[in-house]
Amino acid sequence: MNGKFATTLLYAAILVFGVAAPFVFPNYTFQVAVLWVMILFALTWDMLGGQMGYNSLGNVFFFGAGMYICALVQIGLYYNVGEYTASSGAIKVDFTMQQYVTGLGLGIVAAGIGSALLAVLFGRIVFGLRGSYFAIGTLGVALAAGELTGAWDYVGGGGGISLPVFPGAPEDRTLLYYSLCFVATVATFALLRWLYSTRFGLAINAIRDDEVKAEAMGLHTGRYKTVAWSIAAFFLGISGAIFGNMTGFIEPLEVAFPVTTFGIFMVLMALLGGKGTLWGPVIGAVLFDVIKEVTWTYLLGWQWIALGALIIVNVVFFQQGIMGWAKEKWPERFGIKVDRGSAVLREEPVS
Amino acid sequence: MFDNLLLLVQTPALNVQLVLDGLFIGATYVLAAYGMALVWGVMNIKNLAQGDFVMLGGYVALMVAKAGIHPIFALPIAMIVLFVYGWVVYRLIICRVVDRDLFTSLLVTFGLAIVMAQAMNLAFGSEVQSARSGFGTWTLLNDLVTIPQVRVLAFVIAILLAALLTAFMKRSRIGQAIRATAQDARAARVMGIDTDRVYAFTFALNGAICGAAGVLIAMIWVIQPFLGITHTIRSIVIVTAGGLGSLPGVILAGLGLGLAEQYSGFLLGANLQQATVVGLLVLVLVWRQIEHARYREAVQ
Repeated sequence: MNGKFATTLLYAAILVFGVAAPFVFPNYTFQVAVLWVMILFALTWDMLGGQMGYNSLGNVFFFGAGMYICALVQIGLYYNVGEYTASSGAIKVDFTMQQYVTGLGLGIVAAGIGSALLAVLFGRIVFGLRGSYFAIGTLGVALAAGELTGAWDYVGGGGGISLPVFPGAPEDRTLLYYSLCFVATVATFALLRWLYSTRFGLAINAIRDDEVKAEAMGLHTGRYKTVAWSIAAFFLGISGAIFGNMTGFIEPLEVAFPVTTFGIFMVLMALLGGKGTLWGPVIGAVLFDVIKEVTWTYLLGWQWIALGALIIVNVVFFQQGIMGWAKEKWPERFGIKVDRGSAVLREEPVS
Repeated sequence: MFDNLLLLVQTPALNVQLVLDGLFIGATYVLAAYGMALVWGVMNIKNLAQGDFVMLGGYVALMVAKAGIHPIFALPIAMIVLFVYGWVVYRLIICRVVDRDLFTSLLVTFGLAIVMAQAMNLAFGSEVQSARSGFGTWTLLNDLVTIPQVRVLAFVIAILLAALLTAFMKRSRIGQAIRATAQDARAARVMGIDTDRVYAFTFALNGAICGAAGVLIAMIWVIQPFLGITHTIRSIVIVTAGGLGSLPGVILAGLGLGLAEQYSGFLLGANLQQATVVGLLVLVLVWRQIEHARYREAVQ
């Protein structure tokens, strides 16, 4: 009963922090909003990488896809997209509040659904690839998307698109996007928490442990994989739509499909916190974001080298992550019964 | 696009130019891909930092050229420097992930790629550079086709190096040890081969090969800190398409990729050249998957 109370208290504390943050630290609202997006990244990556054992390096594809779908819907509802992007901001675009909110709302929904559909489509291509070919294949899809979008003039090409300007006060704008990020992340967490407790969670864990055996036991693995990938894509698409509007300007290589930044951050955050656990990605994302902000401030110019080194050290020496380490240290707290006899047996070298 | 296609049909000389350029560039791809296939086959590591090794070799050539020495002499220097670098990287990082799962080595080398690209960016700046060789050009077919002599030289060097490597792997003692380790590491250990040293040597040798490829690319083309990832993808495309451990396959795929890039660059425009490489990667993987499915059906 005590543990349950502590968990409830933790959830309450996080929710209170989430609601209060923009009022308590008004200067850091943007940073906290990015933190929520990072947690969403880590959670959605972990669903495939940690729970299902399919390590993707290209999940950022859905982030960028959502961003562009949302932008197209927002602009396309009231203007001609081709003219808008060709003029690169020369057309006077004034959105009334009602137009803006309608466009944004429809855009976010379209981004989520569109990304999920793309996931079904690409799932047919990439899910036949196993192991590291899957990682390379998804990396290829994300890189190709960036390059192709950069060459597609209708959506602004390499020059990018400026998104519609928020018609209200700047404070309201910050607050609006902060709440969207917060709500999206909380929704993701809640859905994943519920999913992991159902048959679906067991099924994707079975795929991770041994896909062939899972199939032999009668699991329709292809269907489970596609559904899991689409759920991740749905939330990534939504986060992309929100993030694109939050920055106000989108561009293919650095903002929408940043494979070497957000794309790798997702993996790193999940690994840092401990993959295959519910809380690991959350802890990893928070810790990583703090490290990132510190290195950005104090190691300017060297921050990327520090991050790359962090990846190497994390993967080589600390792959189990914080949650994995805690599980090894205090297995009883996670409800794992340690059988000393078999534990000794397992430590015996095999070769 | 169709205008350019028409142009190609009307002036066959342009095709000659594209084919020659494709072959010259493709030869350097073959070198880097051969190194990747070596590490992939022997240690089962897909080195995502391969292209950054190539770029590092290119920057060695650039530094040698800046010191007033002809960049062609950078070839042995870059090979030695990258050999040592490869050895150090193996001892520091790679030896800890050799027998871990595939994703671990993939992520580690991706991290290494980021570190290397950024370090080169800090050290040499982000602008596109190349090492001027000062060689002239030959012209063919009424000046319609130009052949820079340095490209021919680079082609010959690449072929020579590939031949040397093949002979080395076939005849030398350590080459035999490498092949034995690739076939069955445990059996090789039983036979008294120090597989750890073989791995270290293989990774260092891959570094040397990349160094040579980098020098050639710096002379005939351009280098830039962030072009590494594209070269890595080229190597992956070539190795996946050509087959692991098949040198003729790698050579064919490498030259073919060179050709494909030249033609797509001409037909679709230069800004789609990178997209072509990445698109080919996806295509090759899909094709491989279809082949696999057919194989599985045949087995059942």
